[in-house]
Amino acid sequence: MTAGRTRGRARHFLRNWSLPKQMRGADHRTDAARSDVSDRLRPRLDQADDVGVSVCPYCAVGCSTLMYAKEGRLIHVEGNPESPINEGTLCPKGATLFSLHASPTRLTKVKYRAPYSTQWQEVPLDWAMERIAQRVKQTRDETFVEALPDGTKVNHTLGIASLGGATLDNEENYLIKKVLGAGLGMVFIENQARVCHSNSVPGLGASFGRGAATMAQWDLANSDCVLIMGSNMAEAHPIAFRFVMQAKERGAKVIHVDPRFTRTSALADIHASIRTGTDIAFLGGVIRHLLENDLWWRDWALPYTNLATIIDERFQSPSEREDGRFSGWNDKKNAFDYDSWQYEGMVVPSALSEHYLNTAESFSEMTTRLTDAPPKQDPTLQHPMCVYQILRRHYAPYTPEMVEEVTGCPKDLFLKIADTIADASGPERTGAIAYAVGWNHHTVGVQMIRSAGLVQSLLGNVGRPGAGIIALRGHCSIQGSTDIPTLYNMLPSYLPQPNAFKPQARHYDQFLDDETMPTGWWNNFPKYMTSLLRAYYGDAVGPHNEWGYQWLPKIVGDHSQLALTLAMNDGVVKGLFLMGQNVVMGGSNSQMIQRGLAKLDWLVVRDTDMVEAANFWEKGHPVRNGEIRPEEIGTEVFLMPAELAGEKGGTFTNTHRLVQWHDKVVDGPGDSRSELWFTYHLARRMKALYEGSDRERDRPIQALTLDYDVVNARGDIDGEDVLKEISGYTWPEKRQLGGFKELKDDGSTACGSWLYSGCYPGFNKTRERKADGPDGPGSHLGWAFAWPDNRRNLYNRASADPEGRPWSERKRLVWWDEAKGEWQGTDAIDFEPEKRPDYRPNWEEGATGMDAISGAEPFIMMPDGRAAIYSPSGLKDGPLPTHYEPVESPGRNPLYAQRQSPVAKMFARDDNPLHDSPDPRFPHVLTTYRLTEHHCGGTPTRGVPHTAELQPEGFAELPPELAAELGVETLDWIVISTARGAIETRAMVTERLRPLRFDGRWIYQVGMPWHFGWEGEATGDIANVLTAAVGDPNTSMHENKSLTCAVRAGRLHRRIAAE
Amino acid sequence: MSFDLPHEARKTAGTEIEPGRAYGFFTDTSVCIGCKACEVACKEWNQLPAEEDGLSGLSYDNTVDLSATTWRHVAFIEQMDHRPDGETPEFQSRWLMSSDVCKHCDPAPCLEACPTGAIFRTEFDTVVVQQDICNGCGYCVPACPFGVVDLDDVDGKAHKCTMCYDRLKGGMAPACSKVCPTDSIQFGPLDELIPRAEDRVAELHERGTTDAYLYGAPGHPGATGGIEKLNAFFLLLDRPEVYNFPAAPTRPANRIAPALGTGLAAFAGLALVAATLLGPRR
Repeated sequence: MTAGRTRGRARHFLRNWSLPKQMRGADHRTDAARSDVSDRLRPRLDQADDVGVSVCPYCAVGCSTLMYAKEGRLIHVEGNPESPINEGTLCPKGATLFSLHASPTRLTKVKYRAPYSTQWQEVPLDWAMERIAQRVKQTRDETFVEALPDGTKVNHTLGIASLGGATLDNEENYLIKKVLGAGLGMVFIENQARVCHSNSVPGLGASFGRGAATMAQWDLANSDCVLIMGSNMAEAHPIAFRFVMQAKERGAKVIHVDPRFTRTSALADIHASIRTGTDIAFLGGVIRHLLENDLWWRDWALPYTNLATIIDERFQSPSEREDGRFSGWNDKKNAFDYDSWQYEGMVVPSALSEHYLNTAESFSEMTTRLTDAPPKQDPTLQHPMCVYQILRRHYAPYTPEMVEEVTGCPKDLFLKIADTIADASGPERTGAIAYAVGWNHHTVGVQMIRSAGLVQSLLGNVGRPGAGIIALRGHCSIQGSTDIPTLYNMLPSYLPQPNAFKPQARHYDQFLDDETMPTGWWNNFPKYMTSLLRAYYGDAVGPHNEWGYQWLPKIVGDHSQLALTLAMNDGVVKGLFLMGQNVVMGGSNSQMIQRGLAKLDWLVVRDTDMVEAANFWEKGHPVRNGEIRPEEIGTEVFLMPAELAGEKGGTFTNTHRLVQWHDKVVDGPGDSRSELWFTYHLARRMKALYEGSDRERDRPIQALTLDYDVVNARGDIDGEDVLKEISGYTWPEKRQLGGFKELKDDGSTACGSWLYSGCYPGFNKTRERKADGPDGPGSHLGWAFAWPDNRRNLYNRASADPEGRPWSERKRLVWWDEAKGEWQGTDAIDFEPEKRPDYRPNWEEGATGMDAISGAEPFIMMPDGRAAIYSPSGLKDGPLPTHYEPVESPGRNPLYAQRQSPVAKMFARDDNPLHDSPDPRFPHVLTTYRLTEHHCGGTPTRGVPHTAELQPEGFAELPPELAAELGVETLDWIVISTARGAIETRAMVTERLRPLRFDGRWIYQVGMPWHFGWEGEATGDIANVLTAAVGDPNTSMHENKSLTCAVRAGRLHRRIAAE
Repeated sequence: MSFDLPHEARKTAGTEIEPGRAYGFFTDTSVCIGCKACEVACKEWNQLPAEEDGLSGLSYDNTVDLSATTWRHVAFIEQMDHRPDGETPEFQSRWLMSSDVCKHCDPAPCLEACPTGAIFRTEFDTVVVQQDICNGCGYCVPACPFGVVDLDDVDGKAHKCTMCYDRLKGGMAPACSKVCPTDSIQFGPLDELIPRAEDRVAELHERGTTDAYLYGAPGHPGATGGIEKLNAFFLLLDRPEVYNFPAAPTRPANRIAPALGTGLAAFAGLALVAATLLGPRR
């Protein structure tokens, strides 16, 4: 070693030794210290050999993701910076998509539990498929009913049911309903949408014509006021909330009305705490405030709503009657007669899927009058029976003082909010309302959503930039599974499933006649229905056999999830498919569900991980409570590994109707397969099993079209082939159609879902990814496809005045161009493009269909072209939102003698006991909710360590005052109980929950997340053990946001054995 | 490849990433929604394990602290406006949320304390620990005035936020800032971030949020005690201590010279005493 080198080393050492470095006070770059690893460092995405554009499979915001793969394995998932929704960002759940897909706990083999067995065994996929097909055939053959005793054809089986769809692709939902419904005759076909957002369909549909969010999420950034109510948006939809924050930064006011102070409240300008279930009283107060202080927008509301329409003189509102009910109560039926609710002199059909009314024997005959003349109106609003005057009388009792008494929100705070909402109205300003399941999980949920419709209709906040109502949905394709439904009462695109008890539904021509609305867009009904039957049954149907109409299974009542729960317990349903729906977590009265599962003959669970619904026989509450032993449970269980978004190609429909394709990037692990694969191969096997049958009941499955090519060795079919059928083509040439305007009622077109027609106009429009640049119009028409016809802001004709001019430059969206003779705008026009603003129907000759809608009536799905402030038809609980207490309430109804909704569905029976109101045994109010860190039933997020660690255990939030009474502190164990069951959990004592004064006493509200179960890394007891099977009269939506409970310190005696 | 990675930061952070320029984080806590996407995105990108500490009971914060395996941490501070009369207040209070991270101090006490050269300042003016050099001595741990640097239980070496050094080299913004839904975490060149942050404070003051201030930007609280600036700086709405930040962090090196002098003097004194007492008797 030379002296020089030694000196050099010494110098280097002295320079980099920490003591002289610190003495020198310099941390300058020390290149010598940079290691080889640092020099070679690169982002690992550089190694990717494939990138797929995908969609996050968590909530319905629809964030676009980029999935990077190398040699057929996923290496990372990033937010897609090109997306106008998430612009590269993701929430904590979306940020774990790599871990979710690559999770080592994912199922890779079919697990099989034989009847009465105490263990799982792994079985080959092929064996499981054949065994399932045999079981389906056996149960179907044993339970199939061709006709009721009176001869009414039903052609259905009540013995097999299917649950799940909101997490699946549209193509999968389409095929499930097609194969299981139209092919095998099942009617118990339901998905999470029923217990998530089913109230949105009639809530929004009865008001505006379509049961979906009226605006795009990104349009929230253009709002001057955003009211978030019935939603904890920042937590449950963080990426949608970014647009609220953008609006706030531009000066908008953000209001949060919610029982709990949440992360949303923390970012809002104003938060008001209300008692759960009192939203209608609050919004009714807002409506009264708008009317009595003349804060509503006359220029918009008068021409565009039915405010001036005159109602039948027999009509009376609950506010005018001692019994606190609408006129028309029929004690014998325990329901309303709807005659007195109608427009004066005419019966009005509803825009909802069941267009009929049960008051009229021959409904279609009575409604032809709508084609003779428009509904009677009094534009001066003086007529005592015009909607405006009825509205004033109806909401007269909803004073600020009454709002305070009912909701617990102080009067002054209420008035501040009412004025802030009112301020975002008029030509220059708009306001938006965002809600989620907080307005769904109630027996009056449809009417809560209707209340928002009323507020927005009075303020002119529909169809305009930054205006509207956004329904924030919870699953990636829960909008899609509503549009292309796996729901019992609807066929795709809101066509009704035929009902055996409607005399008009006996034959296809009568059915068409009955369901076709004489006026408005729904006049096209026969084109859509016949095209669907052509898509289902192909050449096997035609005019000679009523287009196969008789093959469609007929419903005979409520076949919703709640009814299904009872039917399992009563032994009616014997076989069940769970397609990604963990019903033990998300269903009301979880113990009743678990007991029901234990009574099944067979159960097919398709999911990515072990779920509570699959191993209830081992770890469920009835087992751990000693009620039943696994050896006594005869349910044959198949737990099949399913694929995630990055493992299959298909579309999700997000919360604002945006249909986005997600690429298949990698194969799912092991024997994981998509629901498309499963349904296709089940159908193939069923066709083979029924091949030789000459029974009429087996004709539908024989005739069902199944022309999809298998594209790989795994047996996958191509989702695009199904999407083409959904979008529609000519028959028999299969030339893709440009949109629903090309559909015909003569069998020359086939279309699986008319509202989606045009999503595949010869190319996959749902895969298009061209966002507007920063200087673009911001409607992003080149980014995927939105139904209908790529329109982004529904009812946008209302963004122009009756003459077709924008209300203001600031709020301009579409306008009439006289020179071109058509509507122009920055969005696809939601109106007839060439209909002049001054077009008026020629009533003397009679006007039908769209000819009956004037050029100044923007709500084309409504029979009279106007938003329904007053809804004469379609809703079973009344034409106007009315405050009724939850089924389980802590006190009386301060507004009416009628305490709870007179038509709420009560499934009160021994296994579903309900509380009195008030009930001294259950003095506290319980509400259930979600956290940012977990997703719904929690299966994916509880299993992924990076989300599990963020909220690692179940808990319930309670106010300090209640905690002090109980003598508990945060993290102490508490037991929460209802008549349905008891659970133990940790206490989270927080001042974010405040006691409220109600009915002469202090009310404590307790909140509990419903994510936790016994599987996964983040565990806890199931909140839905506490909830009851009670339902909204319109939708059978459960009431899990508002019930009563008891709370005590301590633990339950029994614990899960595994702990 | 359908996306142009080397320039991705242009889309996600509005900036090019060039060696030789100083980059940092501006964490605007006034728009943080406490979603913890930053924590997760960091762990997913950097392949850090989850911790298994269970429910903390500290509001919605279950990660509790930055550590060798948690490089972003969201703090939750529930504040209640108690009225003096003892009446139940109408709830209109605050729930502060703030995403903490390594400050990438300038100068960096951890780097100064590192005897092996494992901690170095990168071409992006960020401070990174190189585990292939680190010997796990742990000097950096007490040197950090923010309690950021931590030794990992598994490999025994120091770990902390790298500001996604690998991503920066590839032209990509760090995982946490890219993922942040409300742009509470902003990444960019400091010469752009600092004026942007100062404008933001002025804007908030104008809107009546007068308690907003910067922490760690040059000349502001947090940039004290010999630390000129924190390359990851914050907009806060309450005192630093509320967020578990030191009110006036100091650089341990400030104390080195006096401490060394005192030490040497003491040594000399002791030596003298020893010489006096123990020296060979004459």
